This record gives sequence, structure tokens and C-alpha cells, in this order.
Amino acid sequence: MAEPGSRTAREPVDPDVDLRIPADRAETRRGMAPVVGAVAIGGVIGSSARYGAALIWPTAGGAFPWTTMIVNVVGCAIIGAFMVLITEKWTPHPLVRPFFGTGVLGGFTTFSTYATDVRRLADGGHPRIAVAYLGLTLLAALLAVAASATLTRRLVGGSTPDRQETR
Amino acid sequence: MNWLLVIAGAVVGAPLRYLTDRVIQSRHDSVFPWGTFAVNVAGCLILGVVAGAAAEGAASAHLQLLLGTGLCGALTTYSTFSYETLRLAERGSGFYAAANAVGSVAAGLGAAFTGTAIAEAIWG
Repeated sequence: MAEPGSRTAREPVDPDVDLRIPADRAETRRGMAPVVGAVAIGGVIGSSARYGAALIWPTAGGAFPWTTMIVNVVGCAIIGAFMVLITEKWTPHPLVRPFFGTGVLGGFTTFSTYATDVRRLADGGHPRIAVAYLGLTLLAALLAVAASATLTRRLVGGSTPDRQETR
Repeated sequence: MNWLLVIAGAVVGAPLRYLTDRVIQSRHDSVFPWGTFAVNVAGCLILGVVAGAAAEGAASAHLQLLLGTGLCGALTTYSTFSYETLRLAERGSGFYAAANAVGSVAAGLGAAFTGTAIAEAIWG
């Protein structure tokens, strides 16, 4: 049983497998099907939620893309809390992080729609909205992930972030 | 039908992000999250092409849902991008955190403009 916060708590598959060694790569491929499946199912759920939000709150052509911004900021707030919980508080099932973190939240949030909407607004004669959207999303997203990670640590008594950790 | 197109794109896009990230992260030793950076910039380029093609009348609304909302939406991520930026800052790599934030946005925006310019050159 791995302790919360240990290396094994963070990696969906065995971290001792060195992907640079061909034999080890084959080993990860065998164990990877459930992980890839969990990411795919999570991605479908997250992306469908994002599409649903866009249908419920559509954004007009030259308007500030509030829906995409709120989706992204909410996704960042959730991942901040989620990662603190699964790396510092409890050791979840190995498929929890691929399913929810990589799949659901990764599918829910989008970087490509953000960037292309900035371009569309800038090219479409709305440079001020483009710049405001560009800066406000980045600022709110980073504040959301930091605030939610800090708040979660305080609420559940997680460990302080380890500054010495290496990848 | 529209939902199925989004689902079909996402079921490919999300695993593609995961696998690309793993391949890239296993091939460098720096703390910089090149994997997420790469999928985000690639997704911006593809969506730039799709948006440009749509503006020229060369991409249908269905294709936009499949490739844009579904594939590129699931391929790219804001949550992992922001979390990795936070982790860099928490580990004392303030420079890398700032470089990741500014670099990802600048490169993603550049890719979106480039993709649309490519589409205009082809279908314009």
C-alpha cells in the first residue's frame, strides 16, 4: 500500500518502467489499455459537458466568450483540489487520475478554443475584447488552480508542496 | 448526430493527448511540461485550420463539431496546463512557471493564426 504523496500515488502505471528501453515500452503497452480506456471515457464525459454548456449558454460572434472562460476556470479550480486530494491525502485506485484528471477535466477544458477565439475576435474587429479575454482567462485560471489547491490543503490538512521534488 | 460527432472526436482526442504527453515526457529530463505544451499548440494549429476552412465555406458545421469541439477540445487542456504551471511555481521554478504560462499562450495563439492563414491559402 503506497503512502499518500508517494511517487506511486501519482503515476497511473509503474513509474519504474523506463520508457526509453524498448522491452519496458512493450511492458507499459500491455498495462496501458485500461488507462487509455479510462482517459477516453473521461474525455467523452468532459467534452460532452463542455459542448452542453456551449449549447445552453451560446456566445454571439463578436461577444466576450464567457462560457468557454467559465468552463476553463471551473476546470482549473477542480483540478487544483483534485490533485491535492489524490497526491497528498489519499491513494486512489490507479485509474482515478487518468479517468478524472486526464480524461474528464482535460476533455472539459480547452486550450484550442481559447486561442482560436482570441484570433477570431482580433481578426473580426474586436481587438480589445480579444486582449481582455486572453489576459482574463489566463489570470483567472492560474488564480483558480492556486486558490483551490491552497484551500483544499487547509481543509483536509494535506502536506505543504515539496519544493525539492524532481520529475 | 451533433452529440455523436463531439463524442467521436473526444474519444480520439483525449487518449491522443495522454499518449503524446507520455511519449514526450519520457524523452526529456527538464522540468518543463513539454508534453502538454506540444498537444496544446498542435490542437491550436488544427483548430486554426478548421476555423479558417469554415470561414471559407470549406468545412461544414458537422466537421467543426467533430474536429473542433470534439477532437481539438479534448486534445488540448487548460486544467493540466494551469496545474503544471502551479507545480512549477510551488517547486521553486518560478522562471519555468512564467515561461510555461506566457510561452503556451504565445505559441498557441501563433499556431491558431498560422492554421487560419494556411486554410486561407488553401481554400481562400
